[in-house]
Amino acid sequence: MTIPNTALPNRGVYLDNNATTRVDPDVLAEMLPLFTEHFGNPSSMHAFGAAVGGKIEWARKQVQALLGAAHDSEIIFTSGGTESDNTAILSIIEAYPKKREIVTSVVEHPAVLALCDYLEKKRDYKIHRIPVDNKGNLDIDAYRAALSDQVAIVSIMWANNETGTIFPIEELAQMAKAVGAVFHTDAVQAVGKIPMKLADSAVDMLSLSGHKLHAPKGIGALYVKRGLRFRPMLRGGHQERSRRAGTENAPAIVGLGAAAHLALTHMGEENTRVKAQRDRLEQAILAAVPACFVTGNPDNRLPNTCNIAFEYIEGEAILLLLNEQGIAASSGSACTSGSLEPSHVMRAMGVPYTAAHGATRFSLSRDTTDAEIDHVIAVVPDIIARLRSLSPYWEQDAAKPKEFAPVYS
Amino acid sequence: MWNYTDKVKEHFFNPKNSGVLETANAVGEVGSITCGDALRLMLKVDPDTQIIQDAKFQTFGCGSAIASSSALTEMIIGKTVDEALTLTNRDIAEYLGGLPPEKMHCSVMGAEALRAAIANYKGEEWVDDHEEGELICKCFGVDAAMIERAVTVNGLTSLEEVTHYTKAGGSCQTCHEKIEEVLEAVMARTGALKPAAKHTPGTVGLDAIKPLPAKPEPAAAPKLTNVQRMQAIMGAIEEMRPQIQRDGGDVELVDIDGKDIYVRLTGACSGCSQSAGTMMGVQMKLVEALGEFVRVKPASLMPAHAG
Repeated sequence: MTIPNTALPNRGVYLDNNATTRVDPDVLAEMLPLFTEHFGNPSSMHAFGAAVGGKIEWARKQVQALLGAAHDSEIIFTSGGTESDNTAILSIIEAYPKKREIVTSVVEHPAVLALCDYLEKKRDYKIHRIPVDNKGNLDIDAYRAALSDQVAIVSIMWANNETGTIFPIEELAQMAKAVGAVFHTDAVQAVGKIPMKLADSAVDMLSLSGHKLHAPKGIGALYVKRGLRFRPMLRGGHQERSRRAGTENAPAIVGLGAAAHLALTHMGEENTRVKAQRDRLEQAILAAVPACFVTGNPDNRLPNTCNIAFEYIEGEAILLLLNEQGIAASSGSACTSGSLEPSHVMRAMGVPYTAAHGATRFSLSRDTTDAEIDHVIAVVPDIIARLRSLSPYWEQDAAKPKEFAPVYS
Repeated sequence: MWNYTDKVKEHFFNPKNSGVLETANAVGEVGSITCGDALRLMLKVDPDTQIIQDAKFQTFGCGSAIASSSALTEMIIGKTVDEALTLTNRDIAEYLGGLPPEKMHCSVMGAEALRAAIANYKGEEWVDDHEEGELICKCFGVDAAMIERAVTVNGLTSLEEVTHYTKAGGSCQTCHEKIEEVLEAVMARTGALKPAAKHTPGTVGLDAIKPLPAKPEPAAAPKLTNVQRMQAIMGAIEEMRPQIQRDGGDVELVDIDGKDIYVRLTGACSGCSQSAGTMMGVQMKLVEALGEFVRVKPASLMPAHAG
């Protein structure tokens, strides 16, 4: 068997942890026996099955602990963040068919936004998309105005994947509760970085994704508060108490459990060492590179995320040159996705086009080292200068933007 | 990560002829910072021979935009203006060993900048008919704007027609939903999507006549084979398990002996005062599933020889 292998660097500087993380070796070690000796189907009556069933319940308790949930039965394992988001919204609109409105924000992940677009277009739902200000903070007045007893579900992310900006989830959940709307949060980026106690929270549903916290891809979970009306998206067998049919992805579930356990252990480190590395990286780049700025709210964001918009150059070109230096980052540029518009998050914050295309996200993890940060700090200013020397919008000698107004827009 | 050819990478990492051409006598500027790519092409044309003696570019854009610009300058230096005008965006893409379908617009930008620069040289005004939409068909590089045009101009009404006219959706066929969305949007706009004609009461339109439903087969009670019967019993018990497990117990099928079904209650069920009720529940479920009367008995009552 040969799998195509496009030359991967032996060792690179991986600063794209909001896209995905490396599976922690301890997580992998917990998973491996599930492929070999403990391969049984947990639904089976024999010992092969029973061994796996016990491990799944152990994993469920780890996720429960990470979320601070009251009961382990509130955790449903899914295939990932997208399935959790879709299940939450589809479940609630099915459970409350007479309520025809949904509240969300303009900066959500496509797992929520594209589904809402679909429900608006094909099923006549009224979608309230709450705007954000230029720092990515939610417009609370607009949110309050959108809430009513017609709202079936509110779905608002805990922290933004591109900027790391954190929304006041508890306050938003309380407000939703006051009008009788179910509150769901896509916490894919927040889980493991922000301490949570859902047992004491008004949050009804929460989505999380394994591969954002050093578990493998293809596993996630949906938290459903006990007593909440729920309609499964996948019907079939009795797995996950009939709320998510299909034979359990046992190795990945155990991996997620192990990762949740580690995330709880390392939460302090994320908010101290990793945060300090992020701040050092950011300040050094801002000091060395002209015409760039931090997007999102620097005072209220995830400890690992830094998004810098470099003006007058384009993100994909930045990423390609960073990649040459062994550095992995990501961009809100249109060209990285093949669309023509830059990231909807950048546009929603009113970041000008001159900067939105050059928005570059560095997202760290507990694997990040000081030496790696030093390397990035050393090469970024040259990369930016090199691309600006090619840009018709940049006056190289004066190191400032210049007038350029081509034929069409 | 885009699958760029080595040629694209070569022209991106080491672009040829980048920068400002001070001696330029023809300049073409296209694109915009809104679109995410913009290009200024500067040419030095010999007025006597009409030969492009030098060319330089400045590009705001992605890797393939920069590579396309670099390739373009290499392709036109030494050519006459008229020779250069025969270059198309496909030529630029081919020179680079191909571009991903999402990136073909980068080569279009190069070809347009060339035309704009030559128009500038000739003192003409260059009018752009640039139109671009979301890329729908990746296999053939067809965007929404092209599909809209084809649908509007030709009055297309079906997915198949769109494929015939634009090739969109003709290869891997994964974009059919998106094509239908574009089609519906255009038809809704142009009014082609009229509601089906209503028939006055008492008359029946041809389209309302449907074939009669096939005569249903007589519902003969199916006789289950032993294997089917066993599977039905196992299936019914499996269906009940989650409910019983929720109370901390479980049920297991032990043996089937004609009308006698032996099961074992385990976990919280064993010794539970409700276990007789649970047994009755299992029995009702099995009677329902099999369409015949059976007795559910605890495994402890199994005849010794049944083992």
